[in-house]
Formats: sequence, structure tokens, C-alpha cells
Amino acid sequence: MELPNPVLTASGCGGTGRELAQFSDVARLGAFTTRSITMAPRAGRPTPRMAETPSGLLNAVGLQGPGVDAFLQHELPWLVERGTRIVVSIGGGTAAEYAALARRLADVPGITAIEVNLSCPNIEDRGRVFAREGSAAAEVIASVRAATRYDVPVIAKLSPDVADVVAVARACVDGGADALAMINTPVGMSIDVDTMRPALAAGTGGLSGPAVRPLAVRCVWQVHAALPGVPIVGMGGVTTGRDALELILAGACAVAVGTALFNDPYACPRILRELEELLQRRGLDRLADAVGLAHRPAGSQQRTRTDLEESSL
Amino acid sequence: MAGSPVQVTGTVLTTRRVDAYHALTVVAPGIADRCRPGHFVTASVGGPNTSMLTRRAFAVHDVKPDYGGTVELVFGVRGPGTAWLADLRARDTLDLVGPLGRPFPLPRDPCTCVLVGGEYGSASLFALADALQARGCRVDFVLGAPSADRVFGALRARRMGETTTLTTEDGSLGMRGKVTDVLPGVIADARADAVYACGPMDMLRGVTAVAVEFDIPVQVAVEERMACGIGVCMTCVLPVIGDDGVTRMVRACTDGPAFRGERVRFEDVGTIPFDALGAPGGRHA
Repeated sequence: MELPNPVLTASGCGGTGRELAQFSDVARLGAFTTRSITMAPRAGRPTPRMAETPSGLLNAVGLQGPGVDAFLQHELPWLVERGTRIVVSIGGGTAAEYAALARRLADVPGITAIEVNLSCPNIEDRGRVFAREGSAAAEVIASVRAATRYDVPVIAKLSPDVADVVAVARACVDGGADALAMINTPVGMSIDVDTMRPALAAGTGGLSGPAVRPLAVRCVWQVHAALPGVPIVGMGGVTTGRDALELILAGACAVAVGTALFNDPYACPRILRELEELLQRRGLDRLADAVGLAHRPAGSQQRTRTDLEESSL
Repeated sequence: MAGSPVQVTGTVLTTRRVDAYHALTVVAPGIADRCRPGHFVTASVGGPNTSMLTRRAFAVHDVKPDYGGTVELVFGVRGPGTAWLADLRARDTLDLVGPLGRPFPLPRDPCTCVLVGGEYGSASLFALADALQARGCRVDFVLGAPSADRVFGALRARRMGETTTLTTEDGSLGMRGKVTDVLPGVIADARADAVYACGPMDMLRGVTAVAVEFDIPVQVAVEERMACGIGVCMTCVLPVIGDDGVTRMVRACTDGPAFRGERVRFEDVGTIPFDALGAPGGRHA
């Protein structure tokens, strides 16, 4: 999978694409990731769906969406027309449902990659999310991989709410995942002390924003250390070019911007510009040179351009 | 949907206290030119290193051509975000995105309109009244709040409206009671053809019920909590009946904030009605 730049939108944070297109060209994104598409239309969760927390945002939208048919009819063609690279996120309640979705998408032209949202409740396992366990996640990934065209990569989106993220990552790769995306939102909760009730109608919700960035950096770091050959899309609180670079140094080869879009609709082009400047200032001509760079042993200073220029050799 | 919203780093021109509320006039050229009555703007709060990630949405009270275009926002302090805004001073900068939302539709022919405002919801009604009067409409105001200091724009309403009726729940200004207590009388006296309303959700529900009884169209501008204001976060949804008769969870920010009152399922706001498109276990699932 080749992308013109490493800054993507995160699933569920860019609407249908039309909303962001009012501000900047969606075709100039590294890729646009759709909200998680489900088989049937979904009305989502009751309101309030959102609560602000320090440097974070709790949300429980509940995958509101029109279902795969309406998506293919009204939303995808618009993105394809504009020349957008499209990562379609899919969500389901059983491995079979994921596979059925992947089959519906298999013959549709214009899809760059499939991202599998593994943070959906598994209705065959008392509603525990697939991402919590390597075997459940791998089963979903294998069924999606089998139903997807060979030249369309399958990306497994992992949750940080696990005892061992590396084990789940490894299981997904063994199941056929071509790349990994991390992190999905960890589950959090907020209680309104004035009403003395949970702030969200759903009680709990996914926490996003800069508050979770250290969690994302840790997950990317651990997985990159264990599986250095697997491409990782890093996400979790990326708000500036520095944040993007932090995830890249931990081992991500692309980053996705989520909650920052709510505050700054121009966040993606701005973060890309800031990232390019930072790389340039560090003498890194190619992004690939920066991927996982923080893993090099301490003391092995990277040779900077000035070192080379001033060398007498 | 708004034509084309823009992000502007505006400069605060003036700040003032209006009874219980704060009003902020911001120089925001690109936004001011495009604003229509009913549009709103969102502000980023807390400065560049803020820990408050969501934008705050405000109806535009006034648009003026000064300094290339200014917008005035009216708000009450409800939390740390609005408290930060209330502390802004002239020459501070403020990050605004707008104009957003679907503005109020205007009648084609001159008619009589009653404009109902609850608390600072009345802020967005004066630009609407201007636009209606420019089309030869007669405008009558009904403004209400719990107490006198929370009725916004009474003076201006008296200047602009054919009649102005004020209500407060504690009787400190105008009639004692709620706007819905006096609205039937105002509609009957003015022989109103349409109602516009902006304010808290339960007031909008009451106003819609009255308008339905008189069988006249009613436009309501809802105040839902939003995180982004541009239609991507999906948090400001409410159940609204579409042209096809199907209830959908629609976004207040891009499908609204102005809706036909009788299409909003006020009783079900805050829930997913069982017959909504995609409701759990619903017939469309």
C-alpha cells in the first residue's frame, strides 16, 4: 500500500468526508478512514454521547451509520470521485458478519484498504470485544482476509484495553493482517457530580485525545519492538506534528488524526506540514528513516547531516 | 448546510455584561459576510495549549460590517470553557469556525411571524427579525426566562416588534409564567402565520405544541451539546422525522439547528426511539 503522505483521518472522526471537504481537499489526505461501516443501519446510542475530560474526550456514539448498502450507494462514490484514498473501517458482532461485510466490499473499486474495528462486542462471547483476545481477533481477521481481494491490505485495529497488546497483535498478523492500527479508544467513564449520574447516557465511553497519547506510544513501541516488519498506523491524541513524530519514532509508519479534527478541521494538512518541517530539521530526508528510530540503543547517536558535512573523510 | 464555513483567528473588539450574560464582539471577516439568521459559530476555548478539546457553539447575535465584519456572541457562564470566554478582553484573539448549520428558512411572501426566545436563545432572533422585516413581514416577540436578569434583548424587542410580550417564572418582569402561557393569545391577536423559536428544549416542545394547535408552521432552533459543530463527531443527534416519515437520529449541527418543530420528536430527545432507523431491534435492522 503506497500513500502519498503519512497523515490519515482516524475512523469515526471525519464523518462522510463531505464535512471535512468544506475546509480542505480530502484527496490530499494520506487516506480517509471511514467511520466503522456495519451491515444494517444503526441509530447509535442515546445522548448525551460526549463528555469532555482533561485533555480528553469520552464518547459513546455506538457506531451510528447508514449501513453498508447506503454507504456504498451514497458515501463511497463521492469519495472515489474525488480521488481520495479510502480506508473502509468495518464493524460487526460475529466473525461471519465481518466476513459478509468484506465480501460486500470485495468487488467495489476504489478501496485502498480495509480496517477491521475489533473493538465491537462479540455477541457470541457475552458481548466482550474481539480485540480483548488474540484468538477471537485472529478469527475475525482471517475471515476478512479470506474474503478480501489479495491486493487490498487488511488492517487490524487494536485496543489498548488488553493485558498483552503484543500477543493480540501477533495473533492478528498470524491471522493474515497486513498491517496494524493502534490504538482504539480505551474505555473510560465520567460522573457528573452535580447530577450525581454518569455523564454519558451509555455510562462508559471511549477516551480519546492527548490524554491517551502515552498509551498509544507505549502500544506502538511494544508492538514495533516485537514485530518490526509489520507496518503500524499510529493514532491516539495526535494534535501536532510533534505528536505524529513521537508515534513514528516509536514505530508507526503512518499516523491517524482523530479527536483533533473536532477542534481544528484543518488539523490533517497542518500536522503534515509540521511533521515535514520537523523531519527536515532533523536531517531526515525520508519518513522511513524515522520509523522506529527511538528503538536504537542509547548512545548510538544518529549521524546528522552536519556531522557528515564536517567530516574530513 | 452552510455555504462554506471558514476558520478565523478573530480579534475581540468589545466585551460587555448584559444582565446575567456576557456578549463578545469579535472581528471575523470571512464569517461575518456569510452569516444568515440562525447560523452559529464555534469557538476554541482555553488558548493554544488548552486541555478543553471540544469547541463551544454559539448562535450569532449580531453581524456588523465594521472592521471588515464582526460577529457578536451571547452566552452564560456554564463551565470552565465559557468562564474562559467571559474573561477575554479587547484585543485578545479567539479561534472561530463559522458560519455553521442550516439557517432559518424565510417566508416567500410578507406574513406575520411570532418570534419566541427563551433565556439567551433570543439572541439569534434579532437578525431574523431584521431579515423578516426587510421582506415586509410583521414581527411580534415573546421573550421569557426564569427571572428578569435572564431575559435577553427585551429593549431591542420592544423597538423592533409590533408587540412584545415578556414572561418570567418569578414574575420579576412582564407576565408571571412561561412563554407558552402567553403564546396562544399573541398568535391569536396578531393572526400570526408562522412561529420561530429558539431556547431550551422543553420550551421548544411547548411552543411547537401551541403552533400545531393553531395549525401554523413553526421553526425551532435547538441547543444541543456539540463537540465539533461541523458534523463529524455525531454527538449532537436528536430524533427527527424525515420527509419519508422515517425517524432518523440527525445532527443538530449540520441538519439543524433550525428544524420544523412538528418534525422533532421532543418526547424522545435523549433516547433512541424504537422505530428510528437503525434502532436496536427495530424494524429496519
